[in-house]
Amino acid sequence: MDLIVENENGLYVPEADVYLDPWRKVKKAFISHIHADHCRYGNLQYICPRPSLPILKKRMGPVSVHGLDYGEKTTVRGIEFSFHPAGHIPGSAQIRVAGQGRVWVYSGDYKTRSDGLSQPFEPVKCDTFITECTFGLPVYKWPKQAEVYRSILEWWNENKQNGRAVVLQAYSLGKAQRLIHGLREGPGPIFCHSAVQQMNTAVRKAGFDLPKTRPLTKKLGKEDLKGALIIISPTAFTGHWTKVLKTYETASASGWMLIREAKRRRSVDRGFVVSDHADWEGLIEAVKATGAERIICTHGYQQIFSRWLSENGWRAEELTTEYGESAGD
Amino acid sequence: MKRFCRLIDRLDTTTDTNKKVAYLAEFFDRTEDADKLQAVALLSGRRPVRAVSGKQLRSWAADESGISDWLFEECYAIVGDLAETIALLLPNPAGESSDSLSSWLLRLRNLKKKNGEEKRTFIVGAWSSLSKSGKFVFNKLITGGFRIGVSQKLMVRALAKHTGLTENELAHRLMGNWDPFETSFKQLIYDRDESVRLSSPYPFYLASPLDVLPEELGDGDQWLAEFKWDGIRSQMIAREGRVFLWSRGEELITSSHPELEELGKSLPDGTVIDGELVALKKGVPLSFNLMQKRLNRKRVSAALMREVPVALIAYDLLEWNSEDIREKPLYERREILLSLYNQLNHPKLLYSDAITWNQWEELEEMRVHAREYYSEGIMLKRRDSTYESGRKRGVWWKWKTDPLLIDGVLMYAMPGKGKRTNLFTDYTFGAWDGDRLIPFAKAYSGLTDEEFRSISSFVRRNTLERHGPVRAVKADLVFELAFEGIAPSARHKSGVALRFPRMRRWRKDKPASEACTLEELHVLMKKFQPE
Ligand SMILES: [Zn+2]
Ligand SMILES: [Zn+2]
Repeated sequence: MDLIVENENGLYVPEADVYLDPWRKVKKAFISHIHADHCRYGNLQYICPRPSLPILKKRMGPVSVHGLDYGEKTTVRGIEFSFHPAGHIPGSAQIRVAGQGRVWVYSGDYKTRSDGLSQPFEPVKCDTFITECTFGLPVYKWPKQAEVYRSILEWWNENKQNGRAVVLQAYSLGKAQRLIHGLREGPGPIFCHSAVQQMNTAVRKAGFDLPKTRPLTKKLGKEDLKGALIIISPTAFTGHWTKVLKTYETASASGWMLIREAKRRRSVDRGFVVSDHADWEGLIEAVKATGAERIICTHGYQQIFSRWLSENGWRAEELTTEYGESAGD
Repeated sequence: MKRFCRLIDRLDTTTDTNKKVAYLAEFFDRTEDADKLQAVALLSGRRPVRAVSGKQLRSWAADESGISDWLFEECYAIVGDLAETIALLLPNPAGESSDSLSSWLLRLRNLKKKNGEEKRTFIVGAWSSLSKSGKFVFNKLITGGFRIGVSQKLMVRALAKHTGLTENELAHRLMGNWDPFETSFKQLIYDRDESVRLSSPYPFYLASPLDVLPEELGDGDQWLAEFKWDGIRSQMIAREGRVFLWSRGEELITSSHPELEELGKSLPDGTVIDGELVALKKGVPLSFNLMQKRLNRKRVSAALMREVPVALIAYDLLEWNSEDIREKPLYERREILLSLYNQLNHPKLLYSDAITWNQWEELEEMRVHAREYYSEGIMLKRRDSTYESGRKRGVWWKWKTDPLLIDGVLMYAMPGKGKRTNLFTDYTFGAWDGDRLIPFAKAYSGLTDEEFRSISSFVRRNTLERHGPVRAVKADLVFELAFEGIAPSARHKSGVALRFPRMRRWRKDKPASEACTLEELHVLMKKFQPE
């Protein structure tokens, strides 16, 4: 029998009667990370990686939640559960589920290359690996992080010399902190929109070393923001700010920026390829490292990636989940 | 080539037109003439002859990238652009070719004569010597379609900065038939040969969509109003006994319109008319689709000329007695045009009459009903305006009728290109025929990202059938579609074809059963169809 199955509420472990990242309200949920499509409201009990605790509390308010250290095991009805670093965002994890001689790993979202802030990805041996494949297409090959940061800094610097602010659109949890950390040597102050500031506080509370950032308040005027980097989520960048800033340049930091049309659709001046997911090679590398024979693909280009895996000797299947509609990229 | 690629990359890093012009001008300043000329040719839509097919490119690229054909096709479908897909998939070389743009183009030009194997060797060799952006540009050169978000207008502005000539002068010099391999930058820009000058049209002046209240245009007496026709904006040139008919797309279309060539021969030498080429039967315009039938032919049969007779509706006169009269005010140009029209009295030449009106409200009334005159709106031109070039705002406006509207039911959905595969953005809509839905329109724009997301989620949960990437969904969602015209069509199951359909809004208030019927579509079609 399969250790993990899908039902209308989400990924389910029948023998333990618990769910992993459920999309409907359930009694007991193991949460891989605190992105909205993986951690939803209304569950009776949450169990998450310990470094995600402050973030979960900030997002979910007062709920019943229990934190586990990476590698720490807990047993539910004879089935063993543990979290292992996924490298996706600060505090993110893969979930290992083991019982009666079987070991399954559900990857959550992950990336195999270290971003310098999140706990780096650690492959976990298993027989069945449920993997995300948001960027499961060979066109996705990430450039080196250092190169991308260098071009963001160049862009910021050039605009600063022209007396302009730059607006970098990034998802408020994960991507924003990664950028703040990576761009801390930049030529000016970093201002963050309130949603980003809140996440910064939670991430600092979880023990991550983030440089100081300033809140982007409505009191600020054009002069205060000259030469600054503004980090804001795409939806929060409203007419108010375009009026205040007058001249500025915008950019989006996301894996989707690799494709010209995607950049055009976001109508930003610049697109920087910064992703919190594994690229094509990363996915293959991760699959190999688990040693699993059976691979279940979900969350993205599952049809394509599972077909490729099948052609290359794995037992691969696809699973359609409801992840990936609102989350980090 | 490197410098040109860098230009293309830089143009992509900004949406600010001034910056784009600055990048282009800098490129012109730093590049030698041969490459400048090639760049001007590419950026004014002159593409190299196509020597290899997309199919060949796809299969060679799949081989080179070491992936199966199906996987390559999936990538292509998602990226949506072949040149880019190949650039993304193939590995990048350590070194990079330093050959010039013109030498690459010359080799491409000679490729046509080579056999399949030689072609393959050349192209695969090019891929392995070019960087990612080099590959992208190179692929764009092979596949034609070089569209990179730089209009000819911007290029001309930059060229004006670089050469010190005026934009009008340059635009005129760049029109017509010229081949970058048979002329030089100096010849093209500074001293052009006589036979080219003979056939060259003037750059078209285009009206901008009216985006202010008509009252804000001030005194109505200063404005000329004409009907706007849904044909092909064209220029007829009669010089030294020869006739040239140009479309706005800078294509010479004389040979597909022999009856207009006849008309041209009866014009006095040194005359250039700006007008609209329309298909006209018994004084009533035929649908645009019919006219396109003619455009696509190099030679037309007598039968087709009878089926789709064409005429020229004259708007303006640009050259008279071999003199460029674009600087004269519009009313003077039109006076000469009218007397020419009266004198000639040729069945193929019509005169675009001015609409008589007194109050803006009266004109508004005309605009609303323009479709009943088979027109798609009203043109407003300042009576004293000179003939500008390009889309200069302020003196010529087009004031279109509001679109036609109809409610359709979502039947099929397909993922969009170049975006998340998870988002369904391309839709087919149906109309009721009894209790069956018949597809009648496709649309993929007009909604917010938020709406696309929630529709995608609906599609995923309500899929009835899958045909490749296309999903048939439960008849439940209704959308208001806006479109510009409706014509009979034998190619469509519904029997009608809509012009420019797009989604106007999601009608969450309307149950699917109350969406439009096939009959309603046909009634609407007949209303706008002559005969
Ligand atoms: Zn995530
Ligand atoms: Zn996710």
